[in-house]
Amino acid sequence: MSIESKPRHSVGKAMKRKEDPRFLQGKGNYVDDLKVPGMLYLSLARSPYPHAEIKNIDISEAMKVPGVKAVIIGKDLEAAGLGWLPTFHGFDKQMVLAIGKVLFQYQEVAAVFAESRAAAEDGAEAVQVDYAPLPVVADPFASKTDQVLLRPDRDSKTNHIFHWEVGNKDGTERALASSAKKIKQRIWFQRCHPAPLEPCGCVAWFDTMGRLQFHVTSQAPHVYRTALALVTGIAEDKIHVVSPDIGGGFGNKVPVYPGYVCAIVGALKIGRPVKWIETRTENLTSTGFARDYHMDVEIGATPDGRVTALHVATTADHGAFDAAADPSKYPAGIFGIVTGSYDFPVAHAEVDAYFTNKAPGGIAYRCSFRVTEASYAIERGMDILADELGMDAVELRQKNFVKKDQFPYPSALGFTYDSGDYHNTLGVALEKVGYKALLKEQAERRAKGELMGIGFSTFTEVVGAGPSKHFDILGIKMFDSAEIRIHPTGAGIVRAGTKSQGQGHETTWAQIVAEELGLDPQTIMVEEGDTDTAPYGLGTYASRSTPVAGAAITMAARRVREKARKIAAHLLEVGEGDVEWVDYKFQVKGVPAKTVTMKEVAFAAYTNMATNEPGLEATYYYDPPNMTYPCGAYVAVVDIDRETGEVKVRRFLAVDDCGVVINPMVVEGQIHGGLTEGFAMAYMQEIQYDAEGNHLNTNFADYLVPTSAETPRWETANTVTPSPHHPMGAKGVGESPNVGSPAAFVNAVIDALSPLGIRHLDMPVNRDKVWRAIRDAEAGKTGAAVFA
Amino acid sequence: MKVSVKVNGVTYERDVEPRTLLAYFLREDCGLTGAHVGCDTSSCGCCVVVVDGARAVKSCTMFAAQADGHEVLTVEGLAQAGTLHPLQQGFWDQHGLQCGFCTPGMLLTSYALLQQNATPSETDIREGLAGNLCRCTGYQNIVKAVQQASGQLPAAVAAAS
Repeated sequence: MSIESKPRHSVGKAMKRKEDPRFLQGKGNYVDDLKVPGMLYLSLARSPYPHAEIKNIDISEAMKVPGVKAVIIGKDLEAAGLGWLPTFHGFDKQMVLAIGKVLFQYQEVAAVFAESRAAAEDGAEAVQVDYAPLPVVADPFASKTDQVLLRPDRDSKTNHIFHWEVGNKDGTERALASSAKKIKQRIWFQRCHPAPLEPCGCVAWFDTMGRLQFHVTSQAPHVYRTALALVTGIAEDKIHVVSPDIGGGFGNKVPVYPGYVCAIVGALKIGRPVKWIETRTENLTSTGFARDYHMDVEIGATPDGRVTALHVATTADHGAFDAAADPSKYPAGIFGIVTGSYDFPVAHAEVDAYFTNKAPGGIAYRCSFRVTEASYAIERGMDILADELGMDAVELRQKNFVKKDQFPYPSALGFTYDSGDYHNTLGVALEKVGYKALLKEQAERRAKGELMGIGFSTFTEVVGAGPSKHFDILGIKMFDSAEIRIHPTGAGIVRAGTKSQGQGHETTWAQIVAEELGLDPQTIMVEEGDTDTAPYGLGTYASRSTPVAGAAITMAARRVREKARKIAAHLLEVGEGDVEWVDYKFQVKGVPAKTVTMKEVAFAAYTNMATNEPGLEATYYYDPPNMTYPCGAYVAVVDIDRETGEVKVRRFLAVDDCGVVINPMVVEGQIHGGLTEGFAMAYMQEIQYDAEGNHLNTNFADYLVPTSAETPRWETANTVTPSPHHPMGAKGVGESPNVGSPAAFVNAVIDALSPLGIRHLDMPVNRDKVWRAIRDAEAGKTGAAVFA
Repeated sequence: MKVSVKVNGVTYERDVEPRTLLAYFLREDCGLTGAHVGCDTSSCGCCVVVVDGARAVKSCTMFAAQADGHEVLTVEGLAQAGTLHPLQQGFWDQHGLQCGFCTPGMLLTSYALLQQNATPSETDIREGLAGNLCRCTGYQNIVKAVQQASGQLPAAVAAAS
């Protein structure tokens, strides 16, 4: 295990996952595995046009398809007051089924309900729609001109969705103007899709008591319940949302999608259960994309490489509806983390978002909202600045890091970083990767005309949304919760408001409870995802589970311990003040021989509680006082084939600091997975549209995700700087590798190409793009010196 | 049409539409939901099963009718008498799964791989599994799991508790 942790009673141990036996035997309970008697299947007819007026919809042929029971279109929903769906941050609304016109290719137009999956698809194909194509806006810069107004339904007659800014505009302008050195670069973080292997889906029915039973691939089941109550008018106690096992989420399963609403409406209208499972094509073309930020990055510096100011102006492509799954009060989420790990005296960030004829979104793909974009911008920007200064990119970083003694550190854009030791984390990376030897080798290879690159990313992340004063979804604050019950025999159950999608909560939550109470983690059951039983929580995304729910579980366990102390005092025949918790047992102060275990106390809580309230359980709702700020130092070493443009990642070392580690095996697994998604974005993943708004890669044959063959072998290590405000000192890790690694991959490629005078390429830096860049550079098109 | 397929040693006789894919036959007609469907283009490998003992097949590329009279092994048939198959044990010990959605396909492709090559190298494993996508693990621990199952890596690096 290369992730180190201090093994304690239960926390810090590489405990094998308790959830695995069912997955290993094909006994997982994913939503498509659910079969309810009388169940119908839903298929959606979708638009072939990116922008068109709907002249007429004829459902008569669809109704003739054997097995088809009903067809619903936008007008039907509108009549029922369900034509539009509010988006999560409440700044916009989204059509459920197209009303009047379609705004992106593959938009949902009609819902067909049938006796079988195949009949539903046949029915959807038979829906006849008469479209009159409209001019298409496929580019946010074209959208800015407002020549074609995409959303006449809105009060504001412009394609401009919002302008958001943070920081000191005038001060930044002045500092940049007076800086001796400056760089300016447009950096595009391309449109990506998280593409979890399990597509989105649901089963909806009304039970004999008239309650809505809704099983759905949701990362936030309680939010769904409340949103459904608000939108449909069904009383919230009559809605039961269940998130069963989820086959990966990565942010894609946070929003509420039109298919879910149609399934519920169908179940109500037809009086039978309805299942909707999207296809991969539907997943890639219509549900939560991510990124699509065009960022103009300006950094000022002194001649010796001290940064003076940062300005980032972003043009954001939000697609047809502003359906961003943004849980913060700010339309660009927490993009303000863009100053990264560096001590900028002044900074200013602004984002302008536009509608286009593309799928709506975006979502926070394995990150807090807009943090991956911000991290990529600053880490790419620092390399460009190093190139401008003729300085080593490592030295530039070390010179400008926030220092250990500056924490808690108030950033120029308003965050208070909780803790970190950036010099140490990078130092560990340099030593482990053998930076000096790599530089020597690189010089030798360059002398021979070979293209070898070393790329760094020394990022600071911000996770754990979040403090109630800054974060909510539909007004609901972003706390999380835990409820613990200890049974008479010392086994127990913990329920939380989060929902694992592979993160391993059934194991790590049990480890936390066991650690706090001195019990056996194998006998602590974990349950999540059922809104009838779990305490209210905001779900799992934004690496918030450990920072928020993990804290709630710790605090709930400590409440259990306080209750147990009273019973322990009774058992030990002393006053409560004379009992202390030592070495995972209650002990009479100063008398190590007189102890009682939690297991004994648990039994007494039900059998011999004296005058104490019977039972042993507690609930805690945790409103985090601050975000947590994991960080890392990543190093990529690449070799580029000059003839073909092929990039080979020879080595990749990730040194993470996520604070206290609960389960090093799980942490390492999360890092491997996140690095692979970063690798994917850097080298292959891009959702592409042509100029007419046609979606070009609608399946896994065209939208490339990495396979085992090309995925590098990862090297990992960690440093531990505990979070001072988290009750366990943990910070969260699932997203750091995805947030931090794209810049390291790209920086390595650009470092390899720098002898050719190439300073920047946008992702994905695939073979084709690299080959063209080399060819152009060698032909003198970039003004680069060609070397032998 | 009527088809008869022996799945994990049990014969399933069902009346299906000719266009029924083996993946949906297993999931919906036999109630064996271990094989998952993650794409529409036979790219993801979540639905892989083993046909006639040694051939890994993406069950979304095969009609149920084509499996008529054949033997199919699915993830539900790997463990014997309550004991996990060495591959299942390897995936558990080496943390070779997270969300679990790709796992059945990974296990069955690995099963067929080991039938053909009892001691595959890391490259053999990586190339052998290239038709099975995983979005969670980054593959590294899956490779280790197969190495453990093939006796090339000691078992159980993870603590039992």
